[in-house]
Amino acid sequence: MKILIMGCGRVGARLAGLLDVDGHRVTVLDTDSYSFRRLPSDFHGTALVGNGLDQEALKRAGIVDTDIFIALTQGDNRNIMASQVARHIFSVPRAICRIYDPLRQEIYASLGIETFSPTTVFAEMLRQKAEGR
Amino acid sequence: MYMVVIGGGRVGYYLIKALLNEGHEIVLVEKEEAICDAINDELGSVCVRGDGCEAAVLADVGTDRADMVIAVTGHDEDNLVACQLAKHRFKVPRTVARVLNPQNEVLFKKLGIDVTVTSTNIILENIEAEVPTHLMTHLLTIRDRGLEIVEMKVPEGSTAVGKALRDISLPANSVLSLIIRRGVRPVIPSPDTVLAADDQIIGVTPQESEEALRQALGDTKTNGGARSA
Repeated sequence: MKILIMGCGRVGARLAGLLDVDGHRVTVLDTDSYSFRRLPSDFHGTALVGNGLDQEALKRAGIVDTDIFIALTQGDNRNIMASQVARHIFSVPRAICRIYDPLRQEIYASLGIETFSPTTVFAEMLRQKAEGR
Repeated sequence: MYMVVIGGGRVGYYLIKALLNEGHEIVLVEKEEAICDAINDELGSVCVRGDGCEAAVLADVGTDRADMVIAVTGHDEDNLVACQLAKHRFKVPRTVARVLNPQNEVLFKKLGIDVTVTSTNIILENIEAEVPTHLMTHLLTIRDRGLEIVEMKVPEGSTAVGKALRDISLPANSVLSLIIRRGVRPVIPSPDTVLAADDQIIGVTPQESEEALRQALGDTKTNGGARSA
């Protein structure tokens, strides 16, 4: 599958490495080339400098025939907007979007993009740990 | 009307001043404390400090009873999310977003933002209109009909000069509604009106016929019409 990841932070870089090992065609997009140092040294995919909110940059990153778009920048709103550009402008079949704010995550879950909130997930995980479940 | 304005930068500040003057009930949501304080000192308590993209903040300022939410921050993604929250979570009947990157206008429309104001395009249009060789200026877009109201000047040497309107083939559904001539009262043209160089024309045209209209009135080559045929 062709997968485009926006944001090469810790999660983005690690995910790119994992998907690459699984044999997918992975492209990572980040505004800062320095962030690509986080990619594994044997990464076979493409790393591109560009702003994922810019439609031209998305085209250069090959969004037109991408199967899954994953938005992992630090900005909730940036992730939300880029995911909606992927779905509604470029008709990417799936857009997965990280949204830290749980309320915003809930709302967008019903608006055509797949959302998850690390805040909710970790809080629940830690609760289970604390309660020894 | 009750309006919630997001973003207290220059646009937000002058906007709420104007809206308050018209007697509307206004709340401004702004992230930065210093800006909030300055605005509240000057205009009375109209500004609430907070992130206008957070549902809890929007709930606090009573967005559910707002007639309109207007997002004018300097970031397209923030304006988009604020308007989408207003629409989907608080059922606000009318949302207005400032768009900085003209590319994003289509997305905002697709996602149901009622009104988009693209400041970059407005500035471009205004400057372009001052460039002497620029033939056509957009005055207004009638969005839901796909029509443009445009202004153009008939250039010296245009094939349309000296012709009556009935003899000029205009694109389908394009209408010339007003001719403004130096020193004369503006006239509503009839089929007999003869065009002169330097005539200023106000017309209504479907967006897709704009270029054809520009050619019909502005082409200076004798075979100009043949190109579009």
